[in-house]
Amino acid sequence: MTFSSDTRFHRQLVVFNGLLPALLILLDAWRGKLGANPVEFVTRATGVLTLVFLVITLMVTPLRKIYGWNWLLKQRRLLGLFAFFYGTAHLLTYLACDRDWHLQTVIGDVSKRPFIAIGMFSFALMIPLAVTSTNAMIKRLGGQRWAQLHRLTYYITIGGVLHYYIIVKSDITYPLIFAIIVAVLIGYRVVASIKKARGAAPRAS
Amino acid sequence: MSGSPNIPSSEITPEATFHNRRFFMKSAIWAGSAFATAGLYRTFAPRPEVKNTGAAITSVAEPALSTSLAADEKINSFTEIAGYNNYYEFSTDKSEVAAKAKYFVTDPWSVQVGGLVQKPRTFDLADLLKFESVERTYRFRCVEGWSMVIPWVGFPLSKLLSMVEPTSAATHVGFETYYDIKQMPDSGSAGIDLPYVEGLRLDEAMHPLTLLATGLYGKTLPNQNGAPIRLVVPWKYGFKSIKSVVKITLMDREPPTTWSLANPGEYGFYSNVNPTVDHPRWSQARERRIGEVGSRETLMFNGYAEQVAHLYAGMDLKEDF
Repeated sequence: MTFSSDTRFHRQLVVFNGLLPALLILLDAWRGKLGANPVEFVTRATGVLTLVFLVITLMVTPLRKIYGWNWLLKQRRLLGLFAFFYGTAHLLTYLACDRDWHLQTVIGDVSKRPFIAIGMFSFALMIPLAVTSTNAMIKRLGGQRWAQLHRLTYYITIGGVLHYYIIVKSDITYPLIFAIIVAVLIGYRVVASIKKARGAAPRAS
Repeated sequence: MSGSPNIPSSEITPEATFHNRRFFMKSAIWAGSAFATAGLYRTFAPRPEVKNTGAAITSVAEPALSTSLAADEKINSFTEIAGYNNYYEFSTDKSEVAAKAKYFVTDPWSVQVGGLVQKPRTFDLADLLKFESVERTYRFRCVEGWSMVIPWVGFPLSKLLSMVEPTSAATHVGFETYYDIKQMPDSGSAGIDLPYVEGLRLDEAMHPLTLLATGLYGKTLPNQNGAPIRLVVPWKYGFKSIKSVVKITLMDREPPTTWSLANPGEYGFYSNVNPTVDHPRWSQARERRIGEVGSRETLMFNGYAEQVAHLYAGMDLKEDF
C-alpha cells in the first residue's frame, strides 16, 4: 500500500478536513441556522476547534512511535497552522462580537476575567510558532532550536484547556475530556523520556 | 540488490487495476473523512426551529404591567425562546434542552404550598389553570450575559399566596423544582445539587410583577421552558425564575438557593439584575439580546427600577448581590 508515501494526498486531506468545519459554520451562518445565540456558538465552536487541532498535533508523535505512522509528521505543521487559524477566528469573534471592537475595554476585561488572560497568553504563544512554521525558518533556526521552540505547544494546549475549564459554569464534561486526553499525551512523553534515560544506563535483570 | 525479482508476471497487478484501486481507496478516504468531520460538526451544531405545540390559554392582556419596552426592543421568536434554554436537569447545552425534555411528564402535576401559612394546600393542574391568566411581556436577563423579551402568560404569585394566608411570622418563600433522575437521566453531570431550589423575600414574592407563568405566546409552556408552571421575576437574573415548581414553602428565614449553594462567591440570594455589580468572572454592564449581533446596555433592575427599587432602599447592593 502506497498510502504512507503519498504526501500530496495527505496534505489535501488535511486541508480539506481542516477547512470543512469553517465552511460549515459559514454555510450555517448564511442559512441563519446558527441557533438562538450565533455569537456564542461561533465563539465556542472556533475555541473547541483550536483545542482539537492542538490535540491532534500532540498525537502525531505517539501515533508514529506506536503505529509507525511516520507520514503524519509531514502534516504536523499544517495541523498546527489550523489550530492557529481557528484560534485567530476565536479571538476575532471575541473582539468583534463580545467587545464590539471597543479595544480599550479588552484590558479591563482581561484583568477581570482570568480565563481570558490565559486564553490571550496561549494565543500569543502560538504566534511565534505560526511565524516559524516554514521550511526556511526551520533551516534558519536549526532543527534542534526549532524543535525546542515548538515545544511551547504543550503550554499552549494546557493553557487552552484551562481557559475552557474556567469559563464553563458547572458542567465540566467537555473540558475534562480534553484535560484527560492532554494529560495522557503529555504523560506519554514523560514516560518515554524516563524510559530513555533508564535505557541509557545499564539495566539489572 | 541486482537481478530480476522472483515474481511471476501473472501476479503483478496490471497498471490500470493498480491505479483504479488507488483511485477507489482515495475516494473512500475522502468521503469517509468528510463524512466524519461534517458529522462531528453537526452533533455540536445548534438545532433548528422549534414548533409551538402547547394548548391555547385564554388570557387578558395587561399592557400596563408589561412595562416599558423601548421602541427598538422586539419580542423574541418562539424558536429563540423555546430553543435556547438553561435547564440543567435535562442538559447543560442550551440548544439540547428542548429535545431532551420532550417526553417530560407534566400532567398530572401538583404544587404543594405549605410552611408558615394558615391554609396549607396542594394545587393540582386544574386548580392552577383556574386562576385568571394575564399576558405579560417581560425582559429576561440571564446571569451569563444574554437576554430575551418573552410574552408570558400566567398569574401573579401574590394571588396564590393570598389563598394560603401566610402567617405573620412568614418573611420568605422557598421554591423547589420537580426532580426525578429517571426522567432527567443527564442530570448527574449538571454540576449542581438537585432538586433545584430558589427563594424570594416575602415582599418580593408579593410584588405585582412577580408571576407564576403557565404559558408563553398564548399557549401552555413548552417543557424546556419549565412546564407546567414556573416562576418569573423579571428584575432578577434568570436563574431566580425557577422552573417546573412542585413545592412552595413560607418560611421565617432566607431559603437556600441552588446557585449560591454551588458557588456563594459568585451568586447571591438577591441576584438582582445590576449593571454596576459585576460577576467575579465577567462584567454585567452589557448584554447580548438574542437575535441581535451587537450588545446593549444592561438596565438597573433589568429596566424595572421604577417598580422595584423601593424594595431595596437602604441596602448595599454590592454586599447583598
